[in-house]
Amino acid sequence: MDGSRPLFDWAFAWEILPHLLDALVVTVEAVAAGTVIALLLGLVWAILRRSSIATVRLAAHWLVELIRSTPLLIQLYVLYFILPDAGITLPPLLTGVLGLGLHYSCYMAEVYRAGIEAVPRGQWDAAIALGFSRAHTWRAIILPQAVARVVPALGNYVIAMFKDTPLLAAIAVSELLKTAKVIGAVHFRYLEPLTMVGVLFLILSLLASLGVRRLEKRYAVSHA
Amino acid sequence: MDLPAPLDLLPPLLEGLRVTLRLTLGGALVGVVAALLAGFGQLSKHAPLRWLSRGYVELFRGTSVLVQLFWLYFALPRFGLHISALSAGIFALGLNAGSYGAEVVRGAVLGVPRGQRDAATALGFSPWQIRWRIVFPQAARAMLPPAGNLVIELLKSSALASMITLSELTFQGQILRASTLRTVEIFGLVLLLYFAVAQLVSYGVRRLERSLEPGKAA
Repeated sequence: MDGSRPLFDWAFAWEILPHLLDALVVTVEAVAAGTVIALLLGLVWAILRRSSIATVRLAAHWLVELIRSTPLLIQLYVLYFILPDAGITLPPLLTGVLGLGLHYSCYMAEVYRAGIEAVPRGQWDAAIALGFSRAHTWRAIILPQAVARVVPALGNYVIAMFKDTPLLAAIAVSELLKTAKVIGAVHFRYLEPLTMVGVLFLILSLLASLGVRRLEKRYAVSHA
Repeated sequence: MDLPAPLDLLPPLLEGLRVTLRLTLGGALVGVVAALLAGFGQLSKHAPLRWLSRGYVELFRGTSVLVQLFWLYFALPRFGLHISALSAGIFALGLNAGSYGAEVVRGAVLGVPRGQRDAATALGFSPWQIRWRIVFPQAARAMLPPAGNLVIELLKSSALASMITLSELTFQGQILRASTLRTVEIFGLVLLLYFAVAQLVSYGVRRLERSLEPGKAA
C-alpha cells in the first residue's frame, strides 16, 4: 500500500515531469501575452492620467486605483462569467491573459508615472519652445527618457505576474498548478507534483530576478 | 428581512467579509513576526541565521502564493501534519507577505544613517538599546508605507483562500452566483467591498504615518 512508498517518491516525480513542463509552456505563454497587454495598456493609463481634461484624469486615476486594490481572482471571474453574458465568448486562456494584462497594466501605470515625473520639467518647456506638438513631445522626448528609467521596475512586475499565473487555474486554464492538482487527484499524491511546481517557480523566478538585476546595471550605466 | 435589489445579497457577502478580515488580520500578524525575524536575521552577525533568513525570503518570494497555499493544505498532511483550512490560509498568506516584509525591514534598518549608531555608542548605549531605542523607531517610520501596501496585497491574496474551500468573501460570491445567477451584481458588490477595505487600510496607514512624524508625540 501507500505506506511502503517513500515519503517523496523520486520515480513518480520523474514520471510526471514531462506533463508539468508541457503545462509550464502554457504558463510562459500567458505571461508573455499578458506582459504585452500590460505594457501597452499601462502606458495608456499613465498618459491619460496626465490628460489636460480633468474628467479623463480622474476616471483613469480611479480605474487604476479600483483594479489595483481588488483581487485578480475576482477580476478573472468577472471576465470569465460576465463577458459571455454580454455575448463575447473567449477561450479560457485568452480570458486569463486579458485578466493578467489588465490587472498588471494598473501597476505598470504607476511605474510609468514615476518615470514620467522624473523627466525634468525643462524638457516639456524646451519642447514647447521648439514648437513641438503635445503628441510629438510625448513620443520623441518624454517617453524615451521615462521608459528607460523604469525598465527594471517593469521587469519586477513581469515576475510578479508570472507568480500570479496559478490563478488562471480557477478559470479552467491548464497551467502549471492546475496540471499538478489534476495529477495529484489522479494518483492521490499531492506532495510530489506540488513540490515540483514550487521548485519550477523558484528556478524561473530566480533566473528572472538575475535578468532584472542585469537590466538594472545596464540602465544605471546609461544614466551615469 | 427584505432589502431592495442588489442589497439583499449583502448579508451572505458580509459573512464572507468577516472571514476575509480574519484571514487578513491573522496573516498580517504572522507576516509582521516573520518579517521582523527574517529582516533582522539577514543582518545578523551569525552566518547560519543569515542563511536561514535569506533562504526563507527567497523561497517564499520565488514561488507563487497559491502554490504555497496548496502545499500547506494538500502536501503537509503527507508529513502527518493536518491543519485546518483557516490555519493553512493564515500561515500561507502570512509567510508570503512576511518574505516581502523582511526586505522592507532590512531596507529600512540599513537606511538609518550610520552616525545614529555611532552617536549612540559614543553616548554609552548598549547594543540592545541601540537596536531597539535608536535604530528601530527610526526604521519603523520608513517601514510603514510599504507595510501598508503589503497588507493590501495580503487582503487581495486572501481571495485565493476560496480555492482551499474557505468561505471568505470570494467563495461566498461564487456560492451566491451559483444559486442566483446574478453575476454582475454579486461581483460588483464583492469588488466594492474589497475596494472599501483597501481604501480603509491605506487611510489608516496615512494617519499612522502622520502621527509618527518626527517631533510629534507618538
